[in-house]
Amino acid sequence: MRKISLKRVETQVASLAVAINRRLPGRVKKSLLEACRKEKVSLARSYLEAIRRNLEAAERLRLPICQDTGLFTIFVHCGEKVHFIPDGPEDLEEAIQNGIRKATKNGWLRPSVVDPLTRANTGDNTPSVVHFSLTPGDRLRLTVMAKGFGSENASSLAMLPPAAGWPGIEDFVIQSVKKSAINSCPPLFLGIGIGGTAEKACLLAKIALAEIDNVSPVTSFFSIREQRLKRKINQLGIGAGGFGGEHTVLAIHIKSAPTHLAGLPVAVSFSCWAHRVGHFVL
Amino acid sequence: MEKKKNCYLLNFPSGPEQFTALKIGDKVEINGEIYVARDTAHKRMIETLHQGKPLPFPLKNALIFYMGPSPSPPGMVIGSCGPTTSSRMDTMTVELLANGLRATMGKGRRAAAVAQACRKYQAIYLVTYGGCGAFLHRFVTECVLIAYPDLGPEAVYRLKVRRFPAVVAIDSAGRDFYEEKEKEYNGKGAHSSTG
Repeated sequence: MRKISLKRVETQVASLAVAINRRLPGRVKKSLLEACRKEKVSLARSYLEAIRRNLEAAERLRLPICQDTGLFTIFVHCGEKVHFIPDGPEDLEEAIQNGIRKATKNGWLRPSVVDPLTRANTGDNTPSVVHFSLTPGDRLRLTVMAKGFGSENASSLAMLPPAAGWPGIEDFVIQSVKKSAINSCPPLFLGIGIGGTAEKACLLAKIALAEIDNVSPVTSFFSIREQRLKRKINQLGIGAGGFGGEHTVLAIHIKSAPTHLAGLPVAVSFSCWAHRVGHFVL
Repeated sequence: MEKKKNCYLLNFPSGPEQFTALKIGDKVEINGEIYVARDTAHKRMIETLHQGKPLPFPLKNALIFYMGPSPSPPGMVIGSCGPTTSSRMDTMTVELLANGLRATMGKGRRAAAVAQACRKYQAIYLVTYGGCGAFLHRFVTECVLIAYPDLGPEAVYRLKVRRFPAVVAIDSAGRDFYEEKEKEYNGKGAHSSTG
């Protein structure tokens, strides 16, 4: 057994939730700045230039990168040998939600969480969406993503026939991008989930998106397809802000799982250019 | 250089005369007073119109910015203040345009009915830089909450803006920038229908 203070979890969540809203992950920022340097279409270049200046302004003024500071989506990987000390929060879920509440107040984040039908705002961005999973060992790993809804509204799921295969998957992703890219603040980051059940494919897509920043550049079955699909999408000419050019998608990450012999579920999770994600390990 | 050459200055509130030279894809900078309203505020304004009661602000020649700011830290006029997706307001925009609204500003595509209404009522739709709320913050010189405070970030605000940047996405002739763009990329990229 290894003891972890829940108060510490709360504090770490609070500071990470603010930090990701002010500073993008290294590779995300790098790919945006590279797009900014290379863009030739005038309006798209103006947009990428505004993005570059926005990233500077957010850090300098300690303001959120985007006023939509997202519905926080949190992936918890908890070692089976971890023992939590209730030194404030009673349990892990409470520690996480307390952290988000603190972040919203201290980081001047916009409260964006409402009742789905009455639309009454909870005022503090709780409850955030938390996915728990148990892992071997005695560590706690938390990934925090600030998910804006301009791009979340573009999420798509298809239950394809197995015969559709990879060409069917490609078609579905391209059609989803054509339909939704402009409203999702491109350049985009795409997570794609293939296989499992309907909800498993959606979860895989979201995890793929969360991990997009730290994918190792190895050549694998999917990495080749990710690159090829990215090229195809960027040839469409939708571009940054929908203003044209070749920067519609900056990165694609695919995750897959075995599925039923009668199905081929595919889910696409969109992130706007402000792909805000970070993690910590205790 | 090019920015100077191809950038129009717009003032609000103001009539449609200033739109005559404007066409889709033009860059503009906005001066004057504009109003902030989004989803639930729109719903309430439409209900108010139907009841024949006065709206929280004069619609005539106004610009509505689809936005919900992040809270203003001490000493700042406003927090992060970039556009939200305009299409969610599509069904309500036509009626507001018919009642004198002159311009809307947000991000993304709009329904064909909005473009038709822009033509009919001599109005325009602008897009500004999505996700760039910290950058856009400096073009706002005043922010006053004027209605529906219970809606929090979805309340109605009056902003004073100076050289606020945007791009014309629907002009007063009803031409739609994204629709013309779409013609270019439709038919590209997908596998054959057998895929």
